[in-house]
Amino acid sequence: MAEPILSVRRLCTWFHQDEGIVRAVDGASFDLEPGHTLGIVGESGCGKSVTARSILRIVERPGRVESGEILLRRPDGSVVDLVKLDGQGREMREVRGGEIGYVFQEPMSSLSSFHTIGNQLIEAIRLHSDMSKKAARDRAVELLTLVGIPRPAQRVDSYSFELSGGLRQRVMIALALAAEPRILIADEPTTALDVTTQAQILDLLRKLQAEQGLAVILITHDMGVIAEMADDVVVMYLGRDVEQGPVETIFHDPAHPYTRSLLQSIPSVLAEPRSRLRTIEGSIPHPYARPAGCPFHPRCADAIAGRCDRSLPEPTHLGARHAVSCFLYGGSGVPALPAGLLERAE
Amino acid sequence: MITYITRRLVLALVTCWAISVISFIIIQLPPGDFVNSYIANLSASGSMVSAAEADAMREQYGLNRPIWVQYGKWMGRVLQGDFGMSMEWGRPVLEVIGDRLWLTIVISIAAIILTWGIALPIGIYSAVRQYSIADYIFTLIGFIGLAVPNFLLALIIMYLGFKYFGANIGGLFSPEYDLAPWSWDKVWDLMSHLPLPAFILALAGTAQLIRIMRANLLDELRRPYVTTARARGLQEWRVIMKYPVRAALNPFASTIGYLLPFVVSGSIVVSLVLSLPTVGPLLLRALVAQDMFLAGAIVLLLGVLTVIGTFLSDLMLMWIDPRIRAGMHG
Repeated sequence: MAEPILSVRRLCTWFHQDEGIVRAVDGASFDLEPGHTLGIVGESGCGKSVTARSILRIVERPGRVESGEILLRRPDGSVVDLVKLDGQGREMREVRGGEIGYVFQEPMSSLSSFHTIGNQLIEAIRLHSDMSKKAARDRAVELLTLVGIPRPAQRVDSYSFELSGGLRQRVMIALALAAEPRILIADEPTTALDVTTQAQILDLLRKLQAEQGLAVILITHDMGVIAEMADDVVVMYLGRDVEQGPVETIFHDPAHPYTRSLLQSIPSVLAEPRSRLRTIEGSIPHPYARPAGCPFHPRCADAIAGRCDRSLPEPTHLGARHAVSCFLYGGSGVPALPAGLLERAE
Repeated sequence: MITYITRRLVLALVTCWAISVISFIIIQLPPGDFVNSYIANLSASGSMVSAAEADAMREQYGLNRPIWVQYGKWMGRVLQGDFGMSMEWGRPVLEVIGDRLWLTIVISIAAIILTWGIALPIGIYSAVRQYSIADYIFTLIGFIGLAVPNFLLALIIMYLGFKYFGANIGGLFSPEYDLAPWSWDKVWDLMSHLPLPAFILALAGTAQLIRIMRANLLDELRRPYVTTARARGLQEWRVIMKYPVRAALNPFASTIGYLLPFVVSGSIVVSLVLSLPTVGPLLLRALVAQDMFLAGAIVLLLGVLTVIGTFLSDLMLMWIDPRIRAGMHG
């Protein structure tokens, strides 16, 4: 097993609001291996995007990375903890876009409509290299070709609103790849697109990954996308990783009750006609009313009374690379943090 | 693009025509006609005019013709630069308005530039550092600026200037240049007198503009394209200046056309207090004295200037907003 290119350790990103603290990410840990695709999956609001933004240190106020480590391994073997860097500082800005590219969920509004796509691409290219304007423009056309945009030499001067959603998302990918990063974070890259375009964009991502040897973090709520794309999977619930492992293990031998429920709620063409689709009971708790103990216990059919609602399960290894945070598999727990509102931690 | 400009131009001409009709109606509103007032003026000074002479004058000016013919004749003269006689001043209207119109435009532009120069940086700062202490202070000053009438401010500044600096702040010229013909020295004198009145006129608009800029920018700062720019590794201030500020500025370009009449009509009282030789006080006097040719001409000129301003801001919008340019093709 290769050394991970990126390791997130017990990451906590909290939003300090007047009403209290929202613990959007609360102790998430995972590793990204070079050349692999790591799928992060979970329901809306489970902290997937905030985790990704924490890695780039672009969490918006009042959000803040509170604790944990984000270890980026450079090709020369040195390791830098991104949490310790100044979020606005030069070194962090060089990581942003330079070493880690980011593809956003909203291709419609993620590009400025006042600037040509070439303008934005050239800006991204020249930020991380000392190319001349002319060379950067050639590189921009090359990038547009790479992401499969027809007539790139003309399109480089068009505005985002002149392009379809699928083309815009291709431009976003070109932007993310502008400085030849080693890691690409794709945050729900296909959610806003129709199914056909979705498949094309996923194909493109796979092709680029193979060609450029990228390590990809793919964030999605779609188990189908995960099955198609990911090598490894992290399942997140309320800001924590509840289970992680290779994609085959997660799909064929899921351990956590939440993972099992997620898999059961995928519609299947093989299902009995007119049978009801299984859903997960209840919904994600209100951010200010976090359950004590294991955050999933109120919706969990297998919850152990007096245990799951009292303490927080720590990850237990079921295989070399398969870990689950659930008391059904034994394992230790830490005493629960107080439920619901936390006092402002000042 | 040509069709867009042509359409705007045609619309502008139609608007100008409508303004001329309204100005003409204003001129016609008081009972009697110009000859009546002229005779009344003359008899007040002792000379008598016979009925035959009066009719001859009416014939000469076309005042016995139907109203639309009169309008046509008036427009014909206006297009040749003849706005008629000011009854109160007994001189051609154009001569009365004369320099005042240019001074009004100069002082308005100075006030507008100052307004933007003060308001935009503060608005940007207030939005980027929302709820910071400085934001609260600017907000407080802004609301005070909105609430305090400009003429009061003008009075206070004049008082302070006179008391502590012995300076007479009123007017746009030093006494020795007031009636002097135009020269470089007179222009320089104007430039040195300009800042204070421009500043006072600018303040009301400034407070408003700060609030608008702050609100616009707060909206734009939350948009995903800002986060995208950040994720590229751009420096924070460059992110803000290049993307959201650019978008937040857009609504301002469309309001340039309205600024001129706003400054003119809003500045009448301040101009009176500071005895500025602008069009505002002249319009007020003309209205009070029922000097309708003068009032009509001022209304017409201001209206046309507004239309020109709006047309220019349309062109500017077209230049700065690619979405408008794109909309012109289809």
